[in-house]
Amino acid sequence: MSGFAHGVHPPDNKHYTEKLPIRRYPFPRRVVLPLSQHIGAPSRALVAVGDRVQRGQLIANPGGFVSTALHASVTGTVVEIAPYRVSSGALVPSIVIETDPFDAQRLEERPPLDPSALNNKDFVQHIQMAGIVGLGGAAFPSHVKYAVPEGKRIEHLVINGAECEPFLTCDHRVMLESPEQVMGGIAIVAERLGVRSTHVGIEDNKPDAVEALRRAGGGKGNIQVDALHVKYPQGAEKMLIKAIHGREVPAGKLPLELGMVVNNVGTMAAIYDYFQTGKPLIERVLTVTGPGVAEPANLLVPLGTSVREILEYCGIKPEVTQVIMGGPMMGQPLAELDVPVQKGTSGLLVLTKAGMAKEYACIRCGRCLEACPELLNPQLLAKLARGGRWEETESRAFVFDCIECGSCSYACPSGIPIVQLIKTSKAELRKRQRAK
Amino acid sequence: MSKPLSRLLIHPAPFLKSPVDTPSVMFDVLLAALGVTVVAIFSFGLSAALVVAAAALGAVGTEYLFGRRDLHSLADWSGPLTGVLIGLTLPPGFPLWMAFLGGVVGMGLGKVAWGGLGQNLFNPALVGRAFLQAAFPTAITTWTPNGQGLTALQSSNLALPMMHGTVDGITTATPLGLAKFEHHFTGTLDLFVGNTGGSLGETNAMLLLLLLGFLIWKRALDWRIPVSIIGTVAALSAVFWFMDPTLYPSPVFMVFSGGLLFGAIFMATDPVTSPMAPKGSYTFGFGIGLLVVLIRLFGGLPEGVMYAILLMNAIVPHLNRAFQPVPFGRGRKS
Ligand code: SF4
Ligand code: SF4
Repeated sequence: MSGFAHGVHPPDNKHYTEKLPIRRYPFPRRVVLPLSQHIGAPSRALVAVGDRVQRGQLIANPGGFVSTALHASVTGTVVEIAPYRVSSGALVPSIVIETDPFDAQRLEERPPLDPSALNNKDFVQHIQMAGIVGLGGAAFPSHVKYAVPEGKRIEHLVINGAECEPFLTCDHRVMLESPEQVMGGIAIVAERLGVRSTHVGIEDNKPDAVEALRRAGGGKGNIQVDALHVKYPQGAEKMLIKAIHGREVPAGKLPLELGMVVNNVGTMAAIYDYFQTGKPLIERVLTVTGPGVAEPANLLVPLGTSVREILEYCGIKPEVTQVIMGGPMMGQPLAELDVPVQKGTSGLLVLTKAGMAKEYACIRCGRCLEACPELLNPQLLAKLARGGRWEETESRAFVFDCIECGSCSYACPSGIPIVQLIKTSKAELRKRQRAK
Repeated sequence: MSKPLSRLLIHPAPFLKSPVDTPSVMFDVLLAALGVTVVAIFSFGLSAALVVAAAALGAVGTEYLFGRRDLHSLADWSGPLTGVLIGLTLPPGFPLWMAFLGGVVGMGLGKVAWGGLGQNLFNPALVGRAFLQAAFPTAITTWTPNGQGLTALQSSNLALPMMHGTVDGITTATPLGLAKFEHHFTGTLDLFVGNTGGSLGETNAMLLLLLLGFLIWKRALDWRIPVSIIGTVAALSAVFWFMDPTLYPSPVFMVFSGGLLFGAIFMATDPVTSPMAPKGSYTFGFGIGLLVVLIRLFGGLPEGVMYAILLMNAIVPHLNRAFQPVPFGRGRKS
C-alpha cells in the first residue's frame, strides 16, 4: 500500500462521539425538504399544499438524469411549497410538511427486491427513484455512477470508510453498528457492476470498524478491507484510489477513467435498506459534536429537520462562536440556524473559539506545498489570486485541480486564506467562461 | 440559547489551523539565538551581550521607523531575530557603533527596502554582516580570546563612532585562520565546546547541534537545509582529506569550525530566502556546502559560509521555478 503524498495531520477530535451509539432523533413538528439537495438538476414536486403524505412517499420526481427523487420524511400534511434558506445561504424551493402528531410514523415495507433480477437500466432507475445520493457530503446522485457509458467497464469498486474529516463519526458508527447493511450494499453494487475487486478503505484510527466489516464478510473473495494511515484528506476520492490502488486519476477526469467507482459506506447501507425493505432515503446519520455542544451525539435524523431544533435537543453552551455544517476542514459555516438537514449533511460542529487566524505576510516557507495532496503550489495560487490574475491561476498553477480540501490553509503559519482565494479565482474564471 | 447564537462568526473553511504560526516560528528561532547569546556571554563576557544588543537595536529601530506597519512587522519577531543574528556573526571586541550600523543596514537594505517580511531576496542578517565586512575589514577580523570572565569588556567595543579603537592586550586567531594561514588544525574537542576564538555565535559546536535538534523538534525550520549543507561539506572535504590529510583539513574540522554550523542552522534556513519545495531545499543545501568547501580550500578567504549562502539566496527564485511540484494526475508515472 503506497498511500498518497503530502496531506496534513490535524487532531482528529473523534473522542467526543466515537463511542456513542446512533440514537433515533424524535420526529420534528415539521420538516423542510429542499428540492435541490444534490448536485445536478432540482427535483420536481409531485404534491400540492394541503396534500396528506405518508412517510416514505414519493413527493418529487427527478428533474433530469443527473437528479434524484425526493420522499416525505414524515407522515403529515404539505403546508407550503416555497423558497427556504439552506446551509449555503441560498434560497431553494422546498416542500414543507407538518408532521401528524398522532401518527405512528410507520414505514410501509415491501418484500425484498432481488437486484440480480433487474437489468442495468432498471437498477439505475431504482437507485434514482430511491433518492439515494452520496452520503459522504458531496451528495452526488449515486445512480449516475452506475450508469456506465458504452464501451467503459467498471473493474474496481472502492468504498470510502476513511472518514478523514476530524470530529465526524457517523460513518464510523454506521460501519460498527450496521456492518451487514454496509457489506450487503457492497455485494449488491459489486455484483451489479461485475467488478473484479472491491476495496473498503478505512483509516486505522477505527480498528473496530475494520474488524466489524471483516466479520461481516469483508476480506473474503475479492472484497478487501484496507486499514489506511490516518492522514487528511485520505477520504478524497483521488487520494483514496492512490492509497489503495497506487494509481493516479488523470487531472480533470473521473475515477471512471481508470475503471473505478468510489462510494461512501453510508450510501452502501442505504442501498441495502432500499432493496431489502423499499425504504428510500428519508433520514440519515449525522454527528453533532464539538466543544460547544453539551451532549454530543450520533443521531439518526429525518431529512428536513431544523438545525436549530437539533442543537436545542443536544444543548448548546453559551460561549458558542460558530456552527458548521459538515466537518472542520471542508464544512460550511452557518449564518443562521433555521436551515434544514439535507441528504449531504454529515455533521453539525459547534465551536467555541473564534476563528480566523491573524494574517501575516507569506514567508515562503513551503508548508502549503508540502500539505497539498493535489501537489499544487498553493502559495503561487494565493499570490496570483490575490493579484486578480485569474487566468494565470489556471494556466500556471492549475487552479481547477484543487479539491478545496483546506490542507494548505491549515498548514500555513501566516494564516493566509489560501482556499478562499482559490475559490474566488475559480468563481471568477467560471463567470468569464459563462460570459463568453 | 438564541442569544449567543445570534452572533455567529462566519468565515470560510477550514476551521482548524495548525498550531505553528509565523510569530511562533520566528520566536522559536529567536529563542535559540538568545541561547547562543547567553553561552557567548559565558565565553566572551559582557562584550558579547553589548555587541548583540547594539545590532538588535539597530535592526529593530530601523524596522520600527521605516518598515510597513500593516504587516505586523514587529509582532512577528522577525525584526529582533535579524538583529540578534547579525550580532552573533561579529567578533567579541567589535565596536558597538559598528554593530548598530550593521543592524541598520541589514534591516534597511536587506528587508525594509524590499517591502518587508517575505519580500526580500537576500538574508537580511547576512546583508548586514556583508556590509560590515566590506566597510570594516580590520575590525571584523580582529579576534579577542575567549575565557576572560563574565564581565570582560574590550576597550575597542566602546570606540567612538567613526573610530576603530585599539585592541589592547592579546588578540587571537580563529581555527579557520590558523588552518588557512598557519596550517594548524585546532583539536576537535576545543571546537566542540567552543574553546577557540571566533565570532560570538559560531564557536560552540555542541550547543549549535543541540539547538538544531530543538528547532527541528519545534518544526521551526526545514531540516533538509542544514542536513544537506553539513552532509555536503562533510562528504566533499572527506574526499580531499583522504587524498592528502596533511594538506587538507578533516571533515570533522570543516564542519565544526567557523560559521558553518551557525550559518547552516540560523542563516540558510530563513524561510523567506530559501526554496519552498523539498527538492529545492536539498539543491540549495548542496550548493551552499559545495561553495563553502571551494572557498575555504581554494579561495583566498579562510571562511566562506556567508558568501556561499548569499550566492545561493540569489538563485532561490530559479530553484522555486525549477522544482515546481508536478500536480496529481498530470503525467507522473504511477
Ligand atoms: S485546498 Fe486545493 S490547493 Fe489547498 S491543499 Fe487542498 S487541493 Fe491543494
Ligand atoms: S504556507 Fe503560507 S507562509 Fe508558507 S509559503 Fe505557503 S502561503 Fe506562504
